[in-house]
Amino acid sequence: MKDIIIEIGLITKFAGRFFREIIKPRFEFAEFARQCYYIGNRSLPLVAITAFIMGLVITIQSRPTLVEFGAQAWLPKMVSVSLVREIAPVITALICAGKIGSGIGAELGSMKVTEQIDAMDVSGTNPYKFLVVTRVMATTFMIPILAILADTLSLYGGYLGANIRGVVSWDLYWSQVFDTLVYSDIVPSVTKTFFFGFAIGIIGCYKGFNSNKGTEGVGQSANSAVVISSLLVFILDLLAVQITDVLNLN
Amino acid sequence: MKAESKKEIFKEGTVNSNEVISIRNLYMAFGENKVLNGFDFDLHRGENIVVLGKSGSGKSVLIKCIIGLLKPDKGSINVLGENVPELNTTDLDKMRVKVGFLFQSNALYDSMTVRENLEFPLRRHWINTSKMEVNNLVMEALTNVGLPHTVDMMPSELSGGMRKRVALARTLILKPEIILYDEPTTGLDPITGKEISNLMLEVQKKYNTSSIIISHDINCVKIVANRIVILIDGLCYATGTYVQLQNSKDKKVKQFFE
Repeated sequence: MKDIIIEIGLITKFAGRFFREIIKPRFEFAEFARQCYYIGNRSLPLVAITAFIMGLVITIQSRPTLVEFGAQAWLPKMVSVSLVREIAPVITALICAGKIGSGIGAELGSMKVTEQIDAMDVSGTNPYKFLVVTRVMATTFMIPILAILADTLSLYGGYLGANIRGVVSWDLYWSQVFDTLVYSDIVPSVTKTFFFGFAIGIIGCYKGFNSNKGTEGVGQSANSAVVISSLLVFILDLLAVQITDVLNLN
Repeated sequence: MKAESKKEIFKEGTVNSNEVISIRNLYMAFGENKVLNGFDFDLHRGENIVVLGKSGSGKSVLIKCIIGLLKPDKGSINVLGENVPELNTTDLDKMRVKVGFLFQSNALYDSMTVRENLEFPLRRHWINTSKMEVNNLVMEALTNVGLPHTVDMMPSELSGGMRKRVALARTLILKPEIILYDEPTTGLDPITGKEISNLMLEVQKKYNTSSIIISHDINCVKIVANRIVILIDGLCYATGTYVQLQNSKDKKVKQFFE
């Protein structure tokens, strides 16, 4: 328990440094753009395919229950709310925690054990600013974009799912979706993905930056980055649900 | 020769204006493990000093203290007139332009090409340098280490010796006055090790650099050392030329040359 509290303290201190460093010049625009490209572009196919399949599967599985109550006409309404509010953002964040979080943890971990971070320091570059600030910024901005894309593609998957057993016209499906979804569904859902992105970036960087014990430590950094950031995604999601509930946005 | 006689010189307050690094009474411990225990040392302009010592004796810690990667517990490290432990980040960065560091693992950035690796320190320190000038400096540094054709290659495509040369080119690109080498020939075959040692001598002559070289490789020591310092128990145990120390009757000194 003591170790967990110490770890939370160290992560908080590491995250606190992010806010101090981000306001100091100079900002590494080129590295930030490069990280946005890697994080966004390279995760795009996986997020897109998973979101489409999730939309398809959720719709197919929800249909029998709704048919039982004679409410199959509500299928687009029901799946669009659950996909946009919860499933697409959380699935996107979990994919990114696995793919991006482990990637950052392993990359920075291997840079640490091969003295590349020290080399950066010696060449007059602040390694925290160059490596951590840019990556955390990139995850914070790119994961919401990926989540919006996942929302859209999961709804396309939902359309296909609704038409596998039944028949729902294109126009009817989308008119029901847009009639159902309101700002209070979309805004909190997108807002929480910024926090997911920040958490994934900061945990990956923290684990990589504090990697030791050679190559074994690199593996441990990547592994624990995924475990902690996935757990944090669920905790943040729970908090987001509570806050939207308190603010009466449900 | 021994530390005691060396300390006497310091007590007399001999200050040589030719000194580029002057270390006094340096202490550094990791928990109970006292690595440096009142270490004293001087590096003169144009001189190559090799620091010999057993593994874990604090040689790498010493040069990491000099470059400011580690902060000593006590003592002064005067590098080109600046006391390193007292420098703030900005002044430390300015000092580091004049002091190059060649890492044992080369520390080339895996995700960057050789060109980008060499441009990295340049772009940070010489912001107003034009693209053409940067390119000329990169090619000049690579030519000096005999590897101009590797400019667009990735570090993973290079052999161990080539990586060491590229790392040296990256160190040289800011034209430092002092170079700190951390085990430059470790992991290389004897022939490549000799090539790197000769290259270090060429660099010393061409750029008029002063160097501290941490090494276990006695062949490298023989080639590059103007003077050798033996680090035992965190102290400068003995100092002298290769021949002087090789002929020493002190058992602790002799064991390094057997």
